[in-house]
Amino acid sequence: MDIPYTVEVRRDTGLTNGKIGIWLFLASEVMLFGALFASYILIRVGAPSWPRGDTILDVPLATFNTIVLISSSVTMVMAWASLMRRRFGTFRIYMGGTVLLGLVFLVVKYFEYGHHLQLGEYPSTNNFLAIYYTLTGLHMLHVFGGMVVNAYFWGPGAKLWKTNPVWFTNRVEHSGLFWHFVDLVWIFLFPTLYLL
Amino acid sequence: MASDHATDMTSDHAVDIDKHVRVYITVFVALMVLTIVTVAISRYHFPVPIAVTIALVVATIKGSLVACYFMHLISEKKLIYAVLALTVAFFAVLLALPVLTYSDGYWIR
Repeated sequence: MDIPYTVEVRRDTGLTNGKIGIWLFLASEVMLFGALFASYILIRVGAPSWPRGDTILDVPLATFNTIVLISSSVTMVMAWASLMRRRFGTFRIYMGGTVLLGLVFLVVKYFEYGHHLQLGEYPSTNNFLAIYYTLTGLHMLHVFGGMVVNAYFWGPGAKLWKTNPVWFTNRVEHSGLFWHFVDLVWIFLFPTLYLL
Repeated sequence: MASDHATDMTSDHAVDIDKHVRVYITVFVALMVLTIVTVAISRYHFPVPIAVTIALVVATIKGSLVACYFMHLISEKKLIYAVLALTVAFFAVLLALPVLTYSDGYWIR
């Protein structure tokens, strides 16, 4: 049985089912990260002293990663816009760029984590590092998940463009919404952990 | 820019998308500038409450730009706004919990 309302919008909601689905999922994601942010506030306010992030973490590296993630959000939205303009070749370039930028982000985080672990700075070392590893680790999992989906649409999933271009465009829009959410979370994580 | 875009790929819409692409580029530049501003401000060692306020205000502006333009929230359907309004309400309660904990238990007594 075909999934209903993947291309045409429902009369009652004015939306496709996929669009409602991804927004409900993102709402649950807001609560997930919200719980961790609330934990961060609770732990920080309750601590007798709290280190400034820039005394422990690498701000230039994190700034570079912020630029990388914001750039990937632009390439993502441009990939969707390319499909809207029926330029599949351009879509491939932008979507490939998005996946590569996601990979750059993860590689930088790998070196960042590696540096801290080499110095013996583990999640168990103190509360600051515990919340740092938890928040950035969960965020990295989201980046990885988004990359897998985007890579699928860049590669094997792109076959759908030939048979049902509107559905394919909708799917790319939905994966884009998730990717922008991941960017949005980092926009708040960066100053919270690295600069304050 | 909302959901009906993906179901309408006519030439009129292509022209519309061209306009939006210019907006995306503008937002990208704004996000870059605000990132530099965030880092630059952090170099001035303001007292923690002021530093937190400034950082969160700048982050909120950046987040709003991403949500409004890249996620197309500026022209979304009412149902999406309703879902997000509910989410924001619960999110606010979640963030208020630590505050309640440090208010001598007045509100939870």
